[in-house]
Amino acid sequence: MTNIDTSFNFEIRKSKIDAQSLSEDLRTDKGLGGIVIFEGRVRNQSEGKEVLKLEYESYKELAESEGKKILKEALAKYAQVKSVICIHGEGEMEPGDLAVWVGAASPHRDEAFQACRYVIEAVKHRLPIWKKETFKTGEAHWVNCREHHAIPCN
Amino acid sequence: MSAQAPIKHIKVRYFALLREERGLDLEEIDTTAHTLEQLYKELANRYRFSLEANSLAVSQDDNFAAWGDSIKDGSTIVFIPPVAGG
Repeated sequence: MTNIDTSFNFEIRKSKIDAQSLSEDLRTDKGLGGIVIFEGRVRNQSEGKEVLKLEYESYKELAESEGKKILKEALAKYAQVKSVICIHGEGEMEPGDLAVWVGAASPHRDEAFQACRYVIEAVKHRLPIWKKETFKTGEAHWVNCREHHAIPCN
Repeated sequence: MSAQAPIKHIKVRYFALLREERGLDLEEIDTTAHTLEQLYKELANRYRFSLEANSLAVSQDDNFAAWGDSIKDGSTIVFIPPVAGG
């Protein structure tokens, strides 16, 4: 499915995500001149209210196997992309903290943009990861739990 | 224990809202439910879960499963609330 010269890494990580070292991991091949990075950070506002913290929880075994599947799909779909990495955080986070990092590297920009977008959208919709949002008022809720439907069958 | 409804010993893991509603993250249970859907209905009724089966996904032994799948003896089952990664 994927070429021998491609690489990918997906992880759920409890410790802080180091964006700097991840972006260096993408830069090992000097033939890959188009690098696109998406950083998803915790917002300080949601639903018009001030956010105190978010708690991310994951079903790690399934999230990691499905996450790797998403990266392999991106490499197959965007054949010029040679390296794609996604790290998703877990545990308690405050506004400004890095919750998810996606990077794609390709010889040229177009497929790197597309692969990065493909990965973040799939990660948001398909991985068994949840977040509980606590507002400064003290109210707390599981995001999406009341409003959305199941993970679509593939 | 009749031949029609063998008892299966399984593990159920709970996450997020369902974990809070159940009050624990893992339990081992014996069930005569045949399918994953029957098991969810049994547990949702017993513990008054607020989420309908049609808003959940389900897994068996760390793979996504279908609601009509048979429950395997000794397996680990997870009912997956609506997700919110990213």
